Amino acid sequence: MMLATMASDPVVYGTFYDPAVAVTALPWLLFTILKMVIVFTVLMVGVAMLTLAERKISAWIQDRIGPNRTGYGGLLQPAADGLKNIMKEETYPDAAYTPLFILAPMLSFIPSLITFAVIPFAAPLSTRWGIVEMSVANVPIGFLYILAISSLGVYGIVLAGWSSNNKYSLLGGLRSSAQMISYEISMGMAAVSVLLLSGNVSLQAIVQQQQGMGWNVFPLLIGFFIFCVASFAETNRLPFDMPEAESELIAGYHTEYSAMKFSMFFIAEYSNMVTASALMVTLFFGGWDIPGTQWDNLPPWTFLKCLLTLGFFVAKLLFFLFLYMWIRWTLPRFRYDQLMSLGWKVLLPLSLSYIVITGGAILVLDMLRVPRGVQWFGISPFWAALGVLNLVLAVLVFVILDRGRIISPAYSRLSPIQIARLRAMSAGRSLAAGQGD
Amino acid sequence: MTIQVKVLARPVADASYVRAMLSGMALTFKHMMNPHKKTEQYPDVKWALSPRWRGTHRMLTDETGKAKCVACGLCPQICPANCIKLVPGEDEEGNRYPLVYEIDEFRCIFCGYCQEVCPEEAIHVGRHYENSEYSREGFVYDLERLTAQTHPVCEMWDPADPKGE
Repeated sequence: MMLATMASDPVVYGTFYDPAVAVTALPWLLFTILKMVIVFTVLMVGVAMLTLAERKISAWIQDRIGPNRTGYGGLLQPAADGLKNIMKEETYPDAAYTPLFILAPMLSFIPSLITFAVIPFAAPLSTRWGIVEMSVANVPIGFLYILAISSLGVYGIVLAGWSSNNKYSLLGGLRSSAQMISYEISMGMAAVSVLLLSGNVSLQAIVQQQQGMGWNVFPLLIGFFIFCVASFAETNRLPFDMPEAESELIAGYHTEYSAMKFSMFFIAEYSNMVTASALMVTLFFGGWDIPGTQWDNLPPWTFLKCLLTLGFFVAKLLFFLFLYMWIRWTLPRFRYDQLMSLGWKVLLPLSLSYIVITGGAILVLDMLRVPRGVQWFGISPFWAALGVLNLVLAVLVFVILDRGRIISPAYSRLSPIQIARLRAMSAGRSLAAGQGD
Repeated sequence: MTIQVKVLARPVADASYVRAMLSGMALTFKHMMNPHKKTEQYPDVKWALSPRWRGTHRMLTDETGKAKCVACGLCPQICPANCIKLVPGEDEEGNRYPLVYEIDEFRCIFCGYCQEVCPEEAIHVGRHYENSEYSREGFVYDLERLTAQTHPVCEMWDPADPKGE
C-alpha cells in the first residue's frame, strides 16, 4: 500500500466532481444569475461595512471609540455615508477633460468588482438539477483571468489623474501606474510558485491541491510574503498608498472628484482589498478548506457542507481584511524611491530566485518519489519538506538580508568614516561654542 | 552661538524593517484591545470641570435677592481687559449699588482678578463653558443676567488650603 502510493505518478488536480453531473442549460443560467446577484450584493454591502470597520479599527487603535451615533454602535453609518454621497453635488472642473473624467471612476470600479467572479467561495452544492459550483464563473484559467483584470484597474486611476487637469492628481496617477506595474510583476512571480505546486491555474484545482497536501502558506512561506507585500501595493493601501498620499497629494488622483464618482473610487479600493484578500486565502490558505478534516473535500455536497465551508472562507477573508487595516494604521508611508527600490531591487529578484528554488525543490522531491498525499500524523511529507526549506529561506531573508538592506532606512546611509567625521565636526563646534561663552 | 548637532550612531547593520514592523503592530494591537478609550461622550456625558475652572461670570445675591455688589469700582479698576462697565448709584439710605453693571464676555480673558479683588464676594467667575450665542450683543451680560446665572462658581483656591501650602 505504502509502496503503491509512493510509486504513483504526481497527482493531477482538477475539479471536485465529474463535469457530467454539473448543472446545465436553463438551471445553470438561473443559478449563475442568482450567484451573480448574491455575490454582487454581498460584495457591495461588505464594502460598505468595511468602510465602517476601517473607521472603527482606526479609532480603537488610536484609543478612540469611532462612529457610534448612527444606528446601534454606528452600524448605519455606511448607509448614511452612501445617502450623503448620492445627494451631494457632482462637480466638473472647468479644465477637466469631461469624457475621461466621467469614464475613469467606472474604469476603476468595474474591474475591481468582476475580479471576484472566479474566486471559489464554498464547496460545490448538490441540487436536484446537478452540482452547482460555488463561484460565479468556474473559469479553467481562473488565476490568469485575475491577473489580467486586476491590472486594468490602473487605467481608471491614471485616466482620473490625467483628465482632472490638476498637478496633484496627475502625480498621483503617475505614481500609481509606476507602482502597480512594478508590483504586479512580483505578485505574478510569487504566485507562479503556487502554480508549480498545483500544476494548474484553475483556482478550484489550487484549493483541491491544498486540501490534499496542506495549506500552501507553509511550503511557500516566502512566496506568500512576497505576494502579500505586492498585493498591499496593488491595492494602494498603506504603507504603499503613493497614489493617494493624503498629506502630500491631497488624495491624489481623486482630488477633483465628488459625490458618487468619488464614492466609486472608494468602493473600488475596498473591493480590490476584498479580492486581494480572497486571492491570498485561495492561493495560500486553502480557500474554503476547513483545516484538519477531509470531510469537507469529499462528496456528498450537502447544503450544510456548503454553508460551513463558506463560513470558513469568510473567516479567513475577514482576517486578511483586518490585517490590511491593522497594517494601515501601524506603518507610515514609504518614500517613493524606497517603494521603487523595494519593488525592483528586492521583491523582483527575490521572487525570481524563489521560482528557481521552488521549481528545483519540487523537481527533486518528485524524483525522490516523496509522496504528496497525507502520510503520517496527517502531514504530507512533500509539504513538510518544502516547508522546512522555506523556513530556512525565511531565516536567510529576514535575519540575514533584512539588515537595512531590504528597505533602506529613512535617512541616507552613512559610512563609519562619515559618522566619525561628523562627530569630530560636532565636537569641534561645541568646543568653540564653549570657548566663545 | 553655534547650534550643536548631536550625531547618533544609527545601527544600520542591525536595523530590521520586518522586526520593527512586527513590534509596531504589536503596539497598535495592544492599543486596539485596550478598553480604556479616551473619547468623551460630550453631549451625553458632561465634562467634569476643575473646582478652579474660570468661566463666564455670575453675580451672587443677598437674602433679599439683590446683587451683593456695592459698586466700589475695584473690579473695573483691576480688569486687565477692561471689559467691566460699572455705573455706581446710591439710594436714600446711602447704600451704594450698581446702576449699570455689564461684562463683555468677548473681551474678558477669564483671569479671575475681579473675583479675587471683590471685597463683598459678589462677582465670581463660574464653572461653566456652554455659552454660545446668536449675536455679539448676546455676550454682553447685564446685571440681570449675571444674577440669574445658577452655575457653580470658581473656587479660586482650595478651601481646605487657602494659603496654597
